[in-house]
Amino acid sequence: MIKTALEALHNVKDPEIDTISIVDLGMVEQIEVEGHSVLVKLLPTFMGCPALDIIQKNVEAEIGKAGIFEKIEVRFIYHPPWTSDRVTETGRIKLKEFGIAPPPKFISETGGWQVDCPFCGSAYTTMDNLFGPTACRSILYCKSCRNPFEAMKPVSTMM
Amino acid sequence: MKRRFFHGEGWRKVTEPAGNMPIEAKIKPALTSLLYQLADDDFILAYRGAEWLGLAPHIEEDVAFSSISQDTMGHAAMFYQLLADLGEGNVDSLAHARKTSERRNAVLLELVNGPGHYLSSAQYDWAFAVVRNYFYTQAKKIRLDSLKNSSYRPLAEVALKVNMELYYHLLHWKTWFIQLMQAGGEARTRMEAAIGKVLADFEGVLILGPLAKEMAEYGLIEKEEVSKQRWLHTMKPVFESVNLAVSEANLAMKTGNGRIGEHTVDLDDALSTLSEVYNINPAASW
Repeated sequence: MIKTALEALHNVKDPEIDTISIVDLGMVEQIEVEGHSVLVKLLPTFMGCPALDIIQKNVEAEIGKAGIFEKIEVRFIYHPPWTSDRVTETGRIKLKEFGIAPPPKFISETGGWQVDCPFCGSAYTTMDNLFGPTACRSILYCKSCRNPFEAMKPVSTMM
Repeated sequence: MKRRFFHGEGWRKVTEPAGNMPIEAKIKPALTSLLYQLADDDFILAYRGAEWLGLAPHIEEDVAFSSISQDTMGHAAMFYQLLADLGEGNVDSLAHARKTSERRNAVLLELVNGPGHYLSSAQYDWAFAVVRNYFYTQAKKIRLDSLKNSSYRPLAEVALKVNMELYYHLLHWKTWFIQLMQAGGEARTRMEAAIGKVLADFEGVLILGPLAKEMAEYGLIEKEEVSKQRWLHTMKPVFESVNLAVSEANLAMKTGNGRIGEHTVDLDDALSTLSEVYNINPAASW
């Protein structure tokens, strides 16, 4: 039954990035099945994210399609905190397909990070705005192919 | 039998889910007092930040500042949730339905952004926004570093999460502060005026109210005096780098002590605006 629920969660996409599922984003922390009830514990990427309510509804709908659960509960938990290294390898590829650079590794010594352009792969990029259209993204510019693009912010407990 | 799937792990049997942490009755007043301050501080400053939407100096700043305000409102929601878990009421009513005299935010954080109204003729002061946000964010960072080791585990967990987002806020405001301070001319003059205004009430941000001693005693957060010294110590090299002399003697609480419910008409106005929709029907589900 857990497998069924997990498969359903693969169909729940980020409301704004429809190529990537919440599983590949690393938001799914636990799935708990007891009898015909299922409890899904999710980690919010950023706390003020307005997509959380939509994600919750979509989780209930997708798991509900399986038709084997009488009670579906979604809970957002803070611990452990979501960090950008939870995005899976598949997730990183899917983000790139969407035109968003996957979260770079955070260099704790300097606080700097290096992002490659998701379109042409060039490392010759500049930061336009640390803050982007959503809490989890930044805006960058590629000086090689001259495209603006977005990158997922690196988030680590080392900060 | 219960089975759980953990991120990055296989199948595993578990014993008992972690519930709310039980606390001793004697600790509760200090704990809730601390949480009200943390929640109310973030809540009102996020509101003041939201009023800047569309009015920031340039479009990239509009994106950044609104993102920061959204994060900050998210932090307030987490602290209100911790209060809700302790039986203080639900999150929406904690945020919207409490009177001015019940609020525990520092007075500095409630002051208007400047003359005028955001819908018309706003003459907001960007220097004040930069200084207030930078000084506050640094104080919040110091507070969170201590809260990460709080004896109340749910608070320690929230602190870890908030701290990660705060990293970017601090970087943002510090950059603005240094650049405007080094710009000279009108920028420098206005920044210095804003610094005077912020410091005149910054003591009110650094204190933790009448139960501060108990908070430290129960290991909820470090002593307010220690945090204050940390703030001065952290800011010193930044002030020196922009040729600014600030000492402990500059810190004051001119306009009132928000930690004991003293507030200004600015907060009255803000609360009546932000809770206007909520008050149409407090029982409505959003």
